[in-house]
Amino acid sequence: MSFQQHKLGAAAIGGMLGISMCITLMFPSFDFRSAESTWVGLDKNLSNGRVIGFSYEDPLVIGANKPITVILDKDPKTGEKIDPPMRAYVYEPGVPFAPAVRHPANTGPTVSQLSLNVGRMGEASEAEGAVFGINRGEVNGKDWDYIENLTALKGWTPADTLRAATDENTRYVGKGKTVYITEGCWWCHTLLPEQTQDWQVFGAPPMLGDFNGEMPTAFGSDRKAPDILHVASRNSSREWMDMHFFNPRLVQPNSIMPRFDYLWGETDAHGNKIDFDKWRTEYKEYRAGIRIYPPEIPEYAGDSEVRALVDWILTSLK
Amino acid sequence: MLIKYLFAKNEDIPAGSSSVFFGFSAIFWFVVGTGLGSFNAAKLAFPDWVTGSEMFAFGHMRQVHVLAVILGWISMAFAMTMMYMTPALGNTKLWSEKLGLWNAFLWNVGLSIGLFLLWMGITSGREYSDLIWPVDIIIFFGVLLPLGINVWMTIAHRRTQGIYITNWFFGACVFMIMVVFAVGQSPELFNLTGLTEAYMTFWFAHNVLGLWITPVAAAIAYYTIPKLTGNPLYSHRIGHLHFWSIIAFYSTPASHHLMSAPLPEWLKSFASVEGVLILIPAVAFVANILLTMKGKWSMFVENIETKFSITGVLLAIPLNMQGGFQQTRAINWYIHGTGWIVAHAHLALLGMSTFLEIAAVYFGLQQILRRKLYSLALANFHYWFVLIGFCIYWISMTIAGLIQGAGKIYEVPYIDVVVAEHPYMIARWVGGTMVFTGNLVWLYNMYMTAREGTVVPAGRYAHEMAYER
Repeated sequence: MSFQQHKLGAAAIGGMLGISMCITLMFPSFDFRSAESTWVGLDKNLSNGRVIGFSYEDPLVIGANKPITVILDKDPKTGEKIDPPMRAYVYEPGVPFAPAVRHPANTGPTVSQLSLNVGRMGEASEAEGAVFGINRGEVNGKDWDYIENLTALKGWTPADTLRAATDENTRYVGKGKTVYITEGCWWCHTLLPEQTQDWQVFGAPPMLGDFNGEMPTAFGSDRKAPDILHVASRNSSREWMDMHFFNPRLVQPNSIMPRFDYLWGETDAHGNKIDFDKWRTEYKEYRAGIRIYPPEIPEYAGDSEVRALVDWILTSLK
Repeated sequence: MLIKYLFAKNEDIPAGSSSVFFGFSAIFWFVVGTGLGSFNAAKLAFPDWVTGSEMFAFGHMRQVHVLAVILGWISMAFAMTMMYMTPALGNTKLWSEKLGLWNAFLWNVGLSIGLFLLWMGITSGREYSDLIWPVDIIIFFGVLLPLGINVWMTIAHRRTQGIYITNWFFGACVFMIMVVFAVGQSPELFNLTGLTEAYMTFWFAHNVLGLWITPVAAAIAYYTIPKLTGNPLYSHRIGHLHFWSIIAFYSTPASHHLMSAPLPEWLKSFASVEGVLILIPAVAFVANILLTMKGKWSMFVENIETKFSITGVLLAIPLNMQGGFQQTRAINWYIHGTGWIVAHAHLALLGMSTFLEIAAVYFGLQQILRRKLYSLALANFHYWFVLIGFCIYWISMTIAGLIQGAGKIYEVPYIDVVVAEHPYMIARWVGGTMVFTGNLVWLYNMYMTAREGTVVPAGRYAHEMAYER
């Protein structure tokens, strides 16, 4: 057979798929590359670390080797008061830096130049750890947010910075976002108010530069529950969040959200074993009208998953 | 068992062995996938049903359901049909039965590892690309590449002048799924982030449907319907219109999944227009198959394989009418992210493609095993339970989606939408459980066919023989 259909066909299929991939993958990449990171983008990046989800530094996806976000009201080195309090992102020695730091081009042409030249971001070293912050600077008459390396600029070390922040002001944001991913919260909640009437209820839709360097973005596609991109602006009560996670029906009787009581772990804040069976029995009595009040929920331990999750919500989802 | 042939010489392996391995694996994963689906649906209707353990939390099981049906049931059923249709249409033998058996074996192993890890929460956090990259590598080299090699080599070694339309689809789709899979998973390997990652997640999610699931399912119908009815395909040229319009148009509209994300506007508009063009291949396909049925419509009632097949083809009509228009901005703003989309996704996977595959698996396993189907009654039970279960699911989720959409645009407090949806969530669970029950019966029926079905004499088709039960 001299004429082989499959040879001509393979070339035609390859050519058509190639053109299609040029249009749908290569051309958009030019647009994505020129996007300048916003404050939201830089904040998410610095507080999440390199990758949320499976990675070399966190193979079991438990939120290991993530940066810690702290809210500082005094200078860790000089002890001077900082007013208003500022956010600092603490990378302890060995914790991999965020994509914005490792690959500055991720943050856009102007922001990356500001971060490198003014913020001295390039001087940070993963082996020694670093503390980052976000500052605002002017280029050609326009304001830009950029990353500054506070270890190089002010001499703040990770250990000093963590010590200067109280436990209340220490937020395990990176670990909390990891819990959000592994527990599948994003199968029902979205992080994407739509560009329709949606934003009047759920807040402003995200901007172009809000995602630079984020991985994974986890918008969510199937909304069985409210959008939570700005949930902490609507409700900032830690107590409400705690009750809602332990059993959503405590605060919202018609909710279909699963109970996340298992995120409390084995022991509570005082090191006592949590008696889930007793709680369930008492809760059943409450539902049956035998008890007037529902049982108290246990206080969670400082290193529990639920603490990190609530930290992330109250810090990042504003 | 077929495992014993893994280390046999290729010549010693009976023809069709890999097809049988794939076929029973596919049915098994179908039972697993729909069982998980039913359990998940129960949790949405009754949130306090099974609690207290992360292993039975909705968030740990939802992605396992999705990937068990896509990679387990649907893709394995595709492999099953490719292993027997490709050589039959080339008038030749499968290039390597041994490679096919290893392919089926590695597929089961890789998928089990991946789903176990997902269930434990070890995920990449990217929808449809949830499997972590080491598992992605197993899938690419253990699942997709051997499948492609076997299909291409069989087509290249065919003993016919032309290539039938089914083989055009098979050969092209296994190539495109490899490209789509490799590109779609690349953000994890190369740390591509931000909107690039979000867009590539849905570039993969769209193309796995548009370039793999729906076209291969359609290709299967191009084989089964002429084979069952004895009519030649109405028009091979219309088949080519279908094929080339899929390649040209349907590899482009991925960003219509992210109409409300801050992607470039030109990209969204382009995707929206290209998305409407799905109507060209869709009309070509449905018309071609329905015209092939001319004079044989009684088989739609009398023959179980034709019944499944034609139901799948008919379900392609609402599927593509929805698919073509729901991604335009005018409709998308109302239904985006609602239960409507869930209903549409199940119409594509559980409706159109599953019905076409079930027919091909029924037909193929009887032909290869040379056994008549064990029980027509059980097969009819299967048909009606899957069809009615699916319809309950589809209709209830469509209504729920419209309620959600109205709630969205009229700013109804979300909890009121949850309350309004509750009856439909229960209906969804009932429908899903019916599908699961039907599939359990199918697994039993197929197992009994292999063991006790009447032997089909040489030179005869199983569907020409009378049923005994």
